[in-house]
Amino acid sequence: MSDFVQSLRLWFAPRRIRDEGETPDYRFSLANERTFLAWIRTALALIGGGFAVDQFLPDLRWAVRVGLSLALLAAGVLCALRAVNHWIRCERAMRRGEDLPVSRFPAVLSLTVAVVAVAMVVLVVFGRAG
Amino acid sequence: MAASGAGARDPGLQPERTRLAWRRTTLSCTVVAVLGIKLALLDGATAAGMTGLALSALLWIGFLAVAHRRIRSLDTPRPRVLSHRGALIAAGCTVALAVCGAALIW
Repeated sequence: MSDFVQSLRLWFAPRRIRDEGETPDYRFSLANERTFLAWIRTALALIGGGFAVDQFLPDLRWAVRVGLSLALLAAGVLCALRAVNHWIRCERAMRRGEDLPVSRFPAVLSLTVAVVAVAMVVLVVFGRAG
Repeated sequence: MAASGAGARDPGLQPERTRLAWRRTTLSCTVVAVLGIKLALLDGATAAGMTGLALSALLWIGFLAVAHRRIRSLDTPRPRVLSHRGALIAAGCTVALAVCGAALIW
């Protein structure tokens, strides 16, 4: 948890990162930026999915529909926050010449998406039948 | 580096690729904003719906502004690093769109 608070502090103190280490090759920074944007797009896709569940599955019960779309929206929010965090941590690691940070987030996210997808298939199929 | 003369172009086209990544992301944001606006109009012209519509449009414009600034600043052979403010605004608009939609869905 203190790790998280520390990186949160880095979000709003760009100068502290700029003071560390050496400026990496601009191409590495651009690659890091594209990774950040790819995560933002993933977040946007999850959010769009949440909106779509609410609009295009009106046959589902209210609680199920709202629960599914809120779960997707929450995943999108987490993904966007993590995009910033990961971008900053990678930028700092590159300046310091350290290894890039690794994390469990991609695995957790893909499992969550898989679970939501299976739940949706089951709900749509059995919702139609029932 | 042999090809580091003034105006030399990166053979890997990194600035161009990054510019296109911003374009793709703006496009995704547009799709989400349109879905959000559709969501806001679902129950007709209610006060909550209109607020949601205005907020979605504003957030979309905010994202567009950040992307546009960044795309312009990438138009050099050796662009600077993305600013913290830019990254925070882009992610903030994304989060705010989700929160706005969640309020409408609820």
